Amino acid sequence: MDNNKNWIDQRFPLTKVWNEHLAEYYTPRNFNFWYFFGSLAMLVLVMQIVTGIFLTMHFKPDELKAFASVEYIMRDVNWGWLIRYLHSTGASAFFIVIYLHMYRGLLYGSYKSPRELIWILGMVLYIALMAEAFMGYVLPWGQMSYWGAKVIISLFGSVPLIGPDLLVWILGDYAVGDPALNRFFSLHVIALPLILVILVFLHIVALHTVGSNNPDGVEIKKNKDKNGIPKDGIPFHPYYSVKDIVGVVVFLMIFSAVVFFAPAMNGYFLEHANFIEANPLKTPEHIAPLWYLTPFYSVLRAIPPMFNSQFPGVVGMFSALLILLALPWLDRSKVKSIRYRSWPYKVALGVFVVSFITLGWLGMEPVTKTNSILARVFTVIYFGFFILMPWFTSIGKTKEVPKRVTGK
Amino acid sequence: MSEQTIDLKKRRFLTNATSVVGAVGVGFVAWPFLSTWNPSARAKAAGAPVEVDISKLGEGQLVRVLWRKQPVWIFKRDKTTVSNLSTLNDILVDPNSLETSQQPEYAKNPYRSINPDIAVIIGSCTHLGCSPTYRPELGAADLGGDAWKGGFYCPCHGSKFDLAGRVYIDVPAPINLMIPPYHFVSDTLIQIGVSPEEHEVTPIFKSNKLT
Repeated sequence: MDNNKNWIDQRFPLTKVWNEHLAEYYTPRNFNFWYFFGSLAMLVLVMQIVTGIFLTMHFKPDELKAFASVEYIMRDVNWGWLIRYLHSTGASAFFIVIYLHMYRGLLYGSYKSPRELIWILGMVLYIALMAEAFMGYVLPWGQMSYWGAKVIISLFGSVPLIGPDLLVWILGDYAVGDPALNRFFSLHVIALPLILVILVFLHIVALHTVGSNNPDGVEIKKNKDKNGIPKDGIPFHPYYSVKDIVGVVVFLMIFSAVVFFAPAMNGYFLEHANFIEANPLKTPEHIAPLWYLTPFYSVLRAIPPMFNSQFPGVVGMFSALLILLALPWLDRSKVKSIRYRSWPYKVALGVFVVSFITLGWLGMEPVTKTNSILARVFTVIYFGFFILMPWFTSIGKTKEVPKRVTGK
Repeated sequence: MSEQTIDLKKRRFLTNATSVVGAVGVGFVAWPFLSTWNPSARAKAAGAPVEVDISKLGEGQLVRVLWRKQPVWIFKRDKTTVSNLSTLNDILVDPNSLETSQQPEYAKNPYRSINPDIAVIIGSCTHLGCSPTYRPELGAADLGGDAWKGGFYCPCHGSKFDLAGRVYIDVPAPINLMIPPYHFVSDTLIQIGVSPEEHEVTPIFKSNKLT
């Protein structure tokens, strides 16, 4: 055994990598509930890739065959229904896990120096994941696939000057049809998964370079013993690998319950209209994207057309997403963790969470006069959180941060 | 050899020059890949101009043809209809067709057409793309009685349009129906997809009999 290990180590840094990233990667000893979601996101990514590989074996990316091939998977392929529901539920689970993972970052200031690049890589991952999910949703070629694609892609048509040509370029035709379905399939199964995996790798390399943050926001590398090991650090493996397994078990229990008992989640994970084949001549009563995209869809609808163009709304929607990238520089507080922050930040974060969830809910509802006003108010609050951040993070009295982690 | 010093300036120049040439090369190689996303010859052929013979089109009759996967209506308006069009201004959002994206310049008139009696309109609701129903009858009870001078009614969300495809006030659709580019090849033959100007500069389309 040892001989084999030596043989490999002389040719490939196996033991070195194992130690650097697992057995001797020192993580703060005070991780709590919020620290499950990074490893869970990786689990879901692997699950999506595995189920996706098997779905690809039976799916046909053809305007005339796609819908029928999904029904074929559901009815005729052995266990096909299970693999498809694992994949479709996995998409929503991915976003639930990612949103909680991002909220953890907001709670404990994990985006602050020296972890800015981890945050940025994470945000790019999030945007790539949205593109991946959107294109995946088009593939079954149901009514919502088709009309959702039509609505979202037509946004690019509103770009001044080049819009109409850009639209035709994206679609490969003058309307949503076979070329669009075919290229979305390619992007969904090859291009974006590759990008996602590479970004996850970079996200983790960046994390392991600076080390993990923790609920106290204390840098454990500042307190090392005589062997150079952080006094508040414990090796990731076996301590947190075992902790994460507990998280995985609980997650899989909830996940399986959804897969087996409510895979459509009453229209939230799979919209009802998507069980009807795409029909270019009949628009569904109500078009809404899936829940994880609705906060941004709300921002899009909240901004009224200006100069006879939908473009300002499109700019607003993408700004709502891209402004998150600036977070590490908008936050002026010297304190990382919410435990020691001043009260204005706590209030602002609470208001931000409420506005994000409300925007998400509004994005699923039909447009009414009240809803439009609400969407505008919460869009202003959403952007206000970021624009006012340099101010509210520099006022108020912060609590003193302890020298060592508290273990609470 | 050992006496020779390294000319860093020259080295930097060569590095930069190689990088720039390399980047240009990458650009050239990227072009075919990006270009594959444009409509293929087959998609273009399927989106080619469509010719419609209107010699047998009676007054009030409407025919539907597909152009670029969109329904296009061609219908003949009688004299009463044409004169009624100018009486509706108060109940329309954009009676004078100021929204430039919705019609070519040559259809920016009260009839939104080249000839007042022949209408060519894309039959796709500007709200969410349903195809509205043709309701030419005057004073239809379910569409507002005497005020209804004929038009189109969208069954999906209740948008109303007049017989020039102009949208009514207080309906979900925000703007007038789209007028496609088209021109008259002869008095009885319409070609959809080519504007009169394009037709003059590219006579190749004259022989293009794709219907």
